[in-house]
Amino acid sequence: MAKEQSLASLAKDDRSGFWRNLAHQIDRRGLAPGFFLAPYTILFLVFGLFPLLFSIYLSFHFWNPVEGLQAMEYVGFENYLLALEDPWFWQALKNTFLMALLSGLPQHLVAIPLAFVLASSPKWLRQWSGGALFFPYITSGVVVALIFFHMYSAPYGLFNSLLAGLSEHLNLKGLKELLPVRWLDNAHTVQGAISFVVFWKYTGFNVIIYTTGLMTIPKELHEAARIDGAGPFKRFWYISLPHLRPFILFAGTLSVIGGLQLFEEPFILTRAQGGPSQNGLTVAHYLMRVGWEWLEMGQAAALAWILFVIIGGMSLINYVLLEGRRKRKDSL
Amino acid sequence: MRALSSFGMRVGTSVGLLLLSLITLFPFFWSFILASHNRETIFGQTLPLFLGDDFLKNYTLLQNLIPYWRAMGNSLMISCMGTLFSLLFCSMAGFTLALHRFHLRKLFFLFMLLTMMIPPVVSLVPYYLTIQYLGLLNTHIAVWLPFTATPLGIFLIRQYVLRSIPLELIEAAKLDGASSIDLFVRVALPLLKPALATLGIIQFVFFWNNFLSPLVVLTEQDQMVLPVALRSLQNHPNAPWGAVMVGTSFAFIPIMLVYAFSSNRIISGLTSGAVKG
Repeated sequence: MAKEQSLASLAKDDRSGFWRNLAHQIDRRGLAPGFFLAPYTILFLVFGLFPLLFSIYLSFHFWNPVEGLQAMEYVGFENYLLALEDPWFWQALKNTFLMALLSGLPQHLVAIPLAFVLASSPKWLRQWSGGALFFPYITSGVVVALIFFHMYSAPYGLFNSLLAGLSEHLNLKGLKELLPVRWLDNAHTVQGAISFVVFWKYTGFNVIIYTTGLMTIPKELHEAARIDGAGPFKRFWYISLPHLRPFILFAGTLSVIGGLQLFEEPFILTRAQGGPSQNGLTVAHYLMRVGWEWLEMGQAAALAWILFVIIGGMSLINYVLLEGRRKRKDSL
Repeated sequence: MRALSSFGMRVGTSVGLLLLSLITLFPFFWSFILASHNRETIFGQTLPLFLGDDFLKNYTLLQNLIPYWRAMGNSLMISCMGTLFSLLFCSMAGFTLALHRFHLRKLFFLFMLLTMMIPPVVSLVPYYLTIQYLGLLNTHIAVWLPFTATPLGIFLIRQYVLRSIPLELIEAAKLDGASSIDLFVRVALPLLKPALATLGIIQFVFFWNNFLSPLVVLTEQDQMVLPVALRSLQNHPNAPWGAVMVGTSFAFIPIMLVYAFSSNRIISGLTSGAVKG
């Protein structure tokens, strides 16, 4: 039916002879792929490949962009060496790794059991709950961080008020003395506070991925185990978890890549200042500071490439793990 | 006894899940509540748990502080243009990669997938310099055009064409004298609607939330997008939190409404990379 309709509409069309002719000329000369790929190719060359090559070139130069292209000065590996000697860069790297871990690991530790519960729940609950948990993922990191920025505030932000109420009701003197906690202005708490926001925003995404993974397990497998007397915990451990391994490696890789590029949440939560003792400064934020505040674009480009190598290395480790596992399975 | 305990467990997990969902959504609700309160009640000793009556006051204050609707309009314009052109460019490339056999096709495809690996932060400096060189600083096109032809989108469309457009249909249309462009516009595009809807949602959410590139490229207040404009309120002395929360609420309410009606499609679209990868 649909076929007949579209054929009829094709036959009917004799309106624009010139364009028809042109379209057929494109086909006859074998230019059709070129025509269809042109937008991607042009955009890629202008905004993808050229900038990338230029950035490699740039990373071997000192350059303040305000002074124009003539001010570019070749310095060899100087930018890279400077980065490796830069204590701020090392601190930013340390902060980034720590926050990636603090926000990343709990995401999966919470998401996997939660997905197990969701996968064995009735459909309405799975959809409703999954939908609610996923929602933070599609909201703007800036908006979310602004809301949390207020919730963290002292002395009467939401978190401090809740803790105050708790210490009042349960008569916890020790807790009361600690209040109000200046979550974002205390060098000890700022990384945890930032990580919590990231954790809250991305856990739902992982829950959905794991739930999808779990739904592909044949029902009979669980049934058989149940008949053999395996409780939910045993079934989780011996059936669901092994099945999820490829999904864990995939979602884990995404968390690593995303975590190492952490920017919006720490940027907003520390008011673009880097936080107390610069403990909330991430590599991406430091890169912006070097490039746009200090106008050292060559240095910023070098930092970006170092970050790229780190991210690439981490992804490679994950890939090797994944492939190694698959090969072992194939040989069995 | 056994049935009872499993029934109790089921109720328990259900209630737990619902509670967890509510806690997850709480910050949005909280922002909405605070948007209707004044400074005294926001920073008062007791938590304001119900709607207050200063919403309009906060709204007026917000408008005096930043050109809010202007920023909203900018965001909307950028997201719509970006999404529209993403659909066009990605479906063009995906279509030809699925149907045409040409020289170096495999290499092209591999190369495209490789470029997906480059993290956005890494290309921030060269992206900015290119925009500056082209004279596109403080123009909207600078924050949507470079992100329209995404490898992920092209891949999505290509897979969909391979899976759901029958080859006989293409052959029949060719015999009828249809050119490749006819095939694309009249045969492929109508059949691609579900894939286009998914891709459109992914791209719209990306453009709507994008912060990094507008932050470095759009520095004039008239050109600012919503997240950047909202962020500028934070550095205000005595940050007017009621007004900020009006701003954040309006920023997520449209997304929330769209989500309420098409959450399934949004979720499956945004996790499609995972499930197929």
